[in-house]
Amino acid sequence: MQFGIFTVGDVTTDPTTGRTPTEHERIKNTVAIALKAEEVGLDVFATGEHHNPPFVPSSPTTLLGHIAARTENLILSTSTTLITTNDPVKIAEDYATLQHLADGRVDLMMGRGNTGPVYPWFGQDIRQGIPLAIEHYALLHKLWREDVVDWEGKFRSALQGFTSTPRPLDDVPPFVWHGSIRSPEIAEQAAYYGDGFFANHIFWPKQHTEKMVHLYRRRYAHYGHGTPEQAIVGLGGQVFMRKNSQDAVREFRPYFDNAPVYGHGPSLEEFSRETPLTVGSPQEVIERTLSFRDYVGDYQRQLFLVDHAGLPLKTVLEQLDILGEEVVPVLRKEFANLRPAGVPDSAPLHPAVLASRTEKES
Amino acid sequence: MQTLKLVAVSAGLSSPSSTRLLTDRLLQAARYRLAEQEYAVDVQVVELRDLAVDIANNFATGFPSGRLQDAIDTVTGADGVIAVTPVFTASYSGLFKSFFDLIDPAALTGTPVLIGATGGTARHSLVLDHALRPLFAYLRALVVPTAVYAASEDWGSGGDAYTEGLPSRITRAGNEFADTVAARPAGRVEDDEVVPFERQLADLRLD
Repeated sequence: MQFGIFTVGDVTTDPTTGRTPTEHERIKNTVAIALKAEEVGLDVFATGEHHNPPFVPSSPTTLLGHIAARTENLILSTSTTLITTNDPVKIAEDYATLQHLADGRVDLMMGRGNTGPVYPWFGQDIRQGIPLAIEHYALLHKLWREDVVDWEGKFRSALQGFTSTPRPLDDVPPFVWHGSIRSPEIAEQAAYYGDGFFANHIFWPKQHTEKMVHLYRRRYAHYGHGTPEQAIVGLGGQVFMRKNSQDAVREFRPYFDNAPVYGHGPSLEEFSRETPLTVGSPQEVIERTLSFRDYVGDYQRQLFLVDHAGLPLKTVLEQLDILGEEVVPVLRKEFANLRPAGVPDSAPLHPAVLASRTEKES
Repeated sequence: MQTLKLVAVSAGLSSPSSTRLLTDRLLQAARYRLAEQEYAVDVQVVELRDLAVDIANNFATGFPSGRLQDAIDTVTGADGVIAVTPVFTASYSGLFKSFFDLIDPAALTGTPVLIGATGGTARHSLVLDHALRPLFAYLRALVVPTAVYAASEDWGSGGDAYTEGLPSRITRAGNEFADTVAARPAGRVEDDEVVPFERQLADLRLD
């Protein structure tokens, strides 16, 4: 099972000091956070993609390419890549290039983006969000699997005799997750292709996650990729930890109360009850995370959000130390013990796919 | 025999509240009419005051708390809805509107609705037709023709040569509402099935 972190990339004022980092600081801090993730033994770093303030990650492959050059083992991923407003041809080229530079340590997560005005900036219309996600991904899927593509669709100019270069590393296309909070069409899309399904699982009640994951598992089996239990599931999560639970709550509360997205609403206690947010001791985070399995089954990837709402870099790096030293080693062991034989412990990523192909050929 | 579920939404703020009083009278009128026709009736009242903080929190977080979700499910699962608000600043109250803002726009399609409002003066009575009726028209609910406005003075008078008194307006509205609920085909079917991916592709002619 893989553990990691995902970032939204927000530039947010620290409510305890009133200080707002510059974009430059935020970008450099993001790199520091990714390097720390590798240092403490996490498996995955994923970045969001946004094209409006107060967010900085508008160019994910530039960021991930830089991190790739400074890490050895970390898997570089996205949370999410906008399949609606990006040209699928450019996604195919950018991420294949990244895959070569990172020696295969790349997968990505498709998402639609929910900010209306962003769509027209890229010549699209949010009301066509689902059809765009379906058509664009159908093209991307083809571009990574067929050397010469003839293609015609509704939303993009046609392609005749087009070859996307570079070809995926060793002809193994990057593994793809499809992320969604509550659109059954996207769970269905992930199931159809036998791709992974990632439930964002933060800021929302677990019922959405439960319903979508079950739908995805059922349809994954329907399309003949395996049993429902073998479907590839990833989950988000949001944590803040200190040795003593009360210290975690005291320190995180001002960030919670003023956070973008959910701040100025319910109390930290109510929100922790209604959503997967866990603020407390490492042991509490371990127990809560293990309980996710009760409603989604055995899953393959857990990403935590640890760097938003204006938390200073120093605090985020401390969170990563706690995750790496006290939380993830226990979770790895516990999840592995619980996982039945026949249920994969990882998505089929580049090295494994390549190895199994070499084995078959020899 | 089938049990009909009537749900009333009251946006009154005080206790006792004239809005709640009108709500109860309308419910009672509808119940009598349905009882005459030998229907079993199950009645629930959703008091929005009790959900005020949950409603505000839903706007901040984007999702309802458990008990707000229960209230929304109660309303959208009803065979008929009675919706009553006090008049604030020439319209329904903000709390009343906020609650209906959180209901899926398709969830009340075809549901019989009886609307009512209360105010200090009869001068605001057109709020029913200028504010509440368009709101439920947008939600594609089936609003019955008679809507009831109760001004303070109505509680102590019996009408005049031009207008029926409050009790007979309540009875007329309750009867119209009850008859509409009773005439409506029972049991909406929840459509929870996913559109197969082949069809999603075919819609885009990508198959």
